Amino acid sequence: MTTAAVTADGRPVKAKPATMAQALGRALRDSMAEDPTVHVLGEDVGTLGGVFRITDGLAEEFGDDRCTDTPLAEAGILGAAVGMAMYGLRPVVEMQFDAFAYPAFEQLMSHVAKMRNRTGGAMPLPITVRVPYGGGIGGVEHHSDSSEAYYMATPGLHVVTPATVDDAYGLLRESIASDDPVVFLEPKRLYWSKADWSPEAPAAVEPIGRAVVRRPGRSATLITYGPSLPVCMEAAEAALAEGWDLEVVDLRSLVPFDDETVAASVRRTGRAVVVHESPGFGGPGGEIAARITERCFHHLEAPVLRVAGFDIPYPPPMLERHHLPGVDRVLDAVARLQWEADS
Amino acid sequence: MTVQELPGAAAYRPTPPPAWKPITDPAPLLPDPEPYRVLGTDAVADVDPELLLRLHAELVRGRRYNAQATALTKQGRLAVYPSSTGQEACEIAAALVLEERDWLFPSYRDTLAAVARGLDPVEALTLLRGDRHTGYDPREHRIAPLCTPLATQLPHAVGLAHAARLKGDDVVALAMVGDGGTSEGDFHEALNFAAVWKAPVVFFVQNNGFAISVPLAKQTAAPSLAHKAVGYGMPGRLVDGNDAAAVHQVLSEAVARARRGEGPTLVEAVTYRMEAHTNADDATRYRVDSEVEAWKAHDPVRLLERELTERGLLDDTGIEQAKEAAERMAAALRDRMNADPELAPMDLFTHVYAEQTSQLREQATALRAELDAEQDHDEHGPEAGR
Repeated sequence: MTTAAVTADGRPVKAKPATMAQALGRALRDSMAEDPTVHVLGEDVGTLGGVFRITDGLAEEFGDDRCTDTPLAEAGILGAAVGMAMYGLRPVVEMQFDAFAYPAFEQLMSHVAKMRNRTGGAMPLPITVRVPYGGGIGGVEHHSDSSEAYYMATPGLHVVTPATVDDAYGLLRESIASDDPVVFLEPKRLYWSKADWSPEAPAAVEPIGRAVVRRPGRSATLITYGPSLPVCMEAAEAALAEGWDLEVVDLRSLVPFDDETVAASVRRTGRAVVVHESPGFGGPGGEIAARITERCFHHLEAPVLRVAGFDIPYPPPMLERHHLPGVDRVLDAVARLQWEADS
Repeated sequence: MTVQELPGAAAYRPTPPPAWKPITDPAPLLPDPEPYRVLGTDAVADVDPELLLRLHAELVRGRRYNAQATALTKQGRLAVYPSSTGQEACEIAAALVLEERDWLFPSYRDTLAAVARGLDPVEALTLLRGDRHTGYDPREHRIAPLCTPLATQLPHAVGLAHAARLKGDDVVALAMVGDGGTSEGDFHEALNFAAVWKAPVVFFVQNNGFAISVPLAKQTAAPSLAHKAVGYGMPGRLVDGNDAAAVHQVLSEAVARARRGEGPTLVEAVTYRMEAHTNADDATRYRVDSEVEAWKAHDPVRLLERELTERGLLDDTGIEQAKEAAERMAAALRDRMNADPELAPMDLFTHVYAEQTSQLREQATALRAELDAEQDHDEHGPEAGR
């Protein structure tokens, strides 16, 4: 729910096209400028500015101690961040690519997620783990995984993923300010998506934990997040030609999960399709479909369907377009929503 | 500022990267071929007799603490206790070399180090008695939670020491790990980070011969665990882990070096685990009695007592007094551990997030209802509430 950007004295700010990557970089910069305990660390985040240039200029502006090029070791990076947070800093860790975060799993699962709990609330860890995730950029193997299900299944972590330029800025700022650890999943194929955006007075965004209706509709609800939001928006436009008026819900946060917004939407429309590009089996869609069924069973006109990536290791770039759920696959699912029973 | 003026949009002129200077002579980093000893050597003359007496009193207490905690497992008061009997010199020295502002990062076997650092013995045992995982505020005592996964606390020590130095605080972190833990990736990553960052950390390996059942020869092919230091560009030190004075001295030097800003040190203490891995383990399956007997002759408490009595610093009365003090500690611990801890089921949901998620609120409500029904049943019989 964005509001028009205004300056401090109330004048509207003239927004210019900005990319999600720029907004993320600006969120890091603003957080660091505001709070001296915010430190960025990771492989290549300093001089190079990150392989996606998200951290560009931070080392120059804040120095190597605040934006640190580390040795190449993800467990070490996150493990060191744990110690830094224990001493009162707010580390923001960059994992460079989704599959490169796996060596840090033990630190994430055993320590980052559990430290607040293990210490009876005495030692929260305000760590943000930035993970560029998902496919669609033609990356070679191990550069395109959708790892959100692993993080979702780990109590103690927040799992956040923006789909818009405004959310990229707003949600990252909130994640850094959060006293809980946040796995911040950046849909890397949206890094270069643009929107009119005002770094001087960024739009207000809904907080972490709230889903947002991106497009109201009456016929069915598409529930999605991150990289699949543009796909669903496009599908909703295309569906008009078939006479379907689709509502699109952007989850924004997988943990905490906004049952209320999702259930309210499905109760209105009576039909739901969950869309994500990570594999469907054991994936987020199963959990979401179950939650909808538990809450909205008597409102449902059709089973909750899932449109997901295939249950395969992420395919080579030349085949990824067949794997990733596109507009047609979403529309096919919508077509299977037992419309005839409705008439 | 406009989008075009976002940081990094301007032409960035990189500063020249720092030059990597190869260490042409690694000799100063290498440990001595034999573990360093003080007791029974001329070096002991330089040790403050007060320190020796303090070490002795703490060792006797520590030995008794280990025995009491092991007994508590047999009474079902502790779920498990990984004893450090035979390793008390390492535990005590680790606690005593640190200043109050410093941090200790213990492994699951290092309860005794935490107690010797001043932690309430009952609080130190909360994890092991099956109560909440960490019974104390780590920041208050500057003792990280006892770490159950292997070596994962080492990078925490590095990050904390690094953060302290960035803040301008004169703080050293001492991180403890066993011989088995040195095979873990986190051990490697922690040492590498610490050396590159010159973090004020001391890595303290207690090589007690076995990782549960696996002997050192099946754990590593290195000349010694202390030798691993040279690969990271930090000094490795080998010390007799049953010689309390030697361990104290070597760790003190390593801590002082870290405090001077000269970076981390890896200290390997060669010692022996006299008991099984835990009460759940049968050590007779993997080691022979003769080996255990041989180590008994090199017992850390006896070594120190012999030194002190030979030098006339301690007599039978003094030994008796130390034992009595240890007995009083054990009796108090026994008494306090006899009470069942009061656990509140609703606490399951209290410390997962700063603010409970709606999912956790729902689950908490469901558990609350279960508990109320149970209570109803207990108070009013099975027909209640129907």
